[in-house]
Amino acid sequence: MKKYDTPLIDELEKGPWPSFVTEMKKAAKNNEMANDAVGHLEKCFKTKVGYWKHGGIVGVLGYGGGVIGRYSELGDEFPGVAHFHTVRINQPSGFFYSSAALREICDIWDRYGSGLTNVHGSTGDLVLLGTKTDALEAIFAEYSSRGWDLGGSGSALRTPSCCVGPGRCEWTNYDTLDLNYALTQEFQDEIHRPMFAYKFKIKMSGCACDCVASIARADMSIIGTWKGKIEVNQDEVKNYAKNGMDINAEIVNMCPTQCISYDGKELKINNAECSRCMHCITRMTKALKPTGERGATICIGSKAPIVVGSLLSWVIVPFIKVEPPYTEVKDLIRKIWEWWDENAKPRERIGEVIEMKGMRSFLEGIGQTPIPQQIKEPRKDPFMFYTEDDMAAFKAKEVEEKKSGKYKF
Amino acid sequence: MALPQRKTDIGPPHYKQFLPPVIQKNYGKWKYHEVINPGLMVHVGESGDKLWTVRVASPRILSTATIREHCDIAEKYCGGFFRYTTRNNVEFLVSDEKQVEPLRKDLTARGFKMGGIGSGISNVVHTQGWVHCHSACTDASGLVKSMMDELMPYFESKRLPNKVRLAVACCVNMCGAVHCSDIAVVAVHTKVPTIAHENFKNMCELPTVIGSCPTRAISPDPANKSVKINAEKCMYCGNCFTVCPPISIKDPERDGIAILVGGKVNSLRSNPKFSKLVIPYISNEPPRWPKAVAAIKHIVEVYAKNARKHERVGEWIERIGWERFFSLTGIDFTFQCIDDFTFMRDTMRTSSTFKW
Repeated sequence: MKKYDTPLIDELEKGPWPSFVTEMKKAAKNNEMANDAVGHLEKCFKTKVGYWKHGGIVGVLGYGGGVIGRYSELGDEFPGVAHFHTVRINQPSGFFYSSAALREICDIWDRYGSGLTNVHGSTGDLVLLGTKTDALEAIFAEYSSRGWDLGGSGSALRTPSCCVGPGRCEWTNYDTLDLNYALTQEFQDEIHRPMFAYKFKIKMSGCACDCVASIARADMSIIGTWKGKIEVNQDEVKNYAKNGMDINAEIVNMCPTQCISYDGKELKINNAECSRCMHCITRMTKALKPTGERGATICIGSKAPIVVGSLLSWVIVPFIKVEPPYTEVKDLIRKIWEWWDENAKPRERIGEVIEMKGMRSFLEGIGQTPIPQQIKEPRKDPFMFYTEDDMAAFKAKEVEEKKSGKYKF
Repeated sequence: MALPQRKTDIGPPHYKQFLPPVIQKNYGKWKYHEVINPGLMVHVGESGDKLWTVRVASPRILSTATIREHCDIAEKYCGGFFRYTTRNNVEFLVSDEKQVEPLRKDLTARGFKMGGIGSGISNVVHTQGWVHCHSACTDASGLVKSMMDELMPYFESKRLPNKVRLAVACCVNMCGAVHCSDIAVVAVHTKVPTIAHENFKNMCELPTVIGSCPTRAISPDPANKSVKINAEKCMYCGNCFTVCPPISIKDPERDGIAILVGGKVNSLRSNPKFSKLVIPYISNEPPRWPKAVAAIKHIVEVYAKNARKHERVGEWIERIGWERFFSLTGIDFTFQCIDDFTFMRDTMRTSSTFKW
């Protein structure tokens, strides 16, 4: 095996933070591909450019995604990375593993690939970095026969992912792990066979803390919320005060709706005015607990800057029950895809299509009615559509008012 | 050796088999949790059962050897059960209190770094960079390693007014919620791409290339059977390069990084926010990116000194005003900080009230 001189990336083995270079070198010890990846990276650091070519179309029989083709421009100099494809393994909900399962994943990967991984990729998959085209079918047979499947790539439903939820969090408002599993299983075809205009990501968070950043990076963000009161345990409130919390400064004054008061003894919440932001609950988790009806808010459209600027997801369904078998959520997803499919040009994310076609077209397309919880503020300009049905409804209301002698705005 | 029979569309294994018994028993019935130190927290179930989580840093790029070491540790102290976090940390899940200290000692002895929980700096969400991406204009892992070496005290022990979420994107595609981080680093190109016209007709689709441009700078070039790029409109996003390989945008001397601040994804106290541009350009300086690292550390320190308890970077800046952010940090305000793309009408000031 060729020994590369790597003075630049060796610098990144120094210092306290764990070093990815050390990881690459560990893999390189007995793997030709990883060894060439080390030499290849040193060259990038030296010349300050990358040498990976655009992805080619590679994959496994019957699937249109899950493997991302990667080739180096420097295949002659670094033959081990001439082909260096990525395999996405669909992670289990919440990134929970047993050591036995991960050992099995590692054993297979060492046999067929570089021994390098990302645990995990940004979307959530367990990413296997670097293998050759002729190993792909064998890799897929080994993993799938042991219960592991590939994740999504390309213009497909990308591997859904979720927060830790009921597995280890007292704040979750629905079973994120189970919904994530159920949706992943329900939409296997959409994950493995790209059939959309562009990528579509679904992320599930159990509360407004949004630990999977669904509001910023999922075409569909499913964020847990509740409708009942926040139950207050006054003894625990006293404990927080006793342990040094300045309840007025840290809780009362930081409440965005100013719905909390504290007189030095009792904490009171005007629940009707609470917007469920989670600040007080996260700071006083022993004292405060949401109660009553649980569910989720569904938001749509977030994405990174390409092409015309970043978007955060917009609220479309302020409250939905999220209970097995999740029929309502699944039906909604299908309606959303149907509208997107009818209206999108190639490479248009759903948020961009909604901007082009208008939120009304989208909401009507998926059967949602307008409700103030969807908006930050109403429109500012007077340019708007009036359909024949809208006008008929306005007129009918006025006829009704004349009859009753009472205005109804 | 014959290959086993492949299966399709089976999806991932069911998560329940990977949950330790204490989680199976207390699933959905957790009462509260406490952060004992930045590397250790305990969750308490309604049943009274306790689950200790020891969080450990990871470089995200892992060799199978290191994953196996995680397995060894989990088998010794956690019945083989552990998990990874969305920010690429490792979490060892301990149900027996007596195992917590031995585990922590063992981790220290093996050189693992515990931390990242609560009001400090956790692991960095980042992209592939030169390690494995075709459109990278820098190396994300290298930047992250350089930043975190310097910010290590905030991971392991030192506390801040609230958490500071860091992210690195090696190009403006920003795979991974980089655009809503307290401090985000994004690598940028700064030059109009060049086109190898002779390859265009064989490798690119004209409408796709024209449609890929957010500033409508690309038009057909029939004489060359290719396209031309209007230099006055191009903002170097590189999206045309992504859809058309003969277009080239990499430039080792001009590619660099920009720093954006003040984003967040949760809704605590205030709504989720995008990160906003404050430093438009720093040269790409592998292997250690000293100026970029110094800038990030400086912003963290100014925030630590000036923000109120529980305020995130973006909330602190909104309270004091952006003009104060620039004066406190001493960062030069440049034309790049004024939006001349899509959001100008929302981002210019429309009142005569501000600070000096």
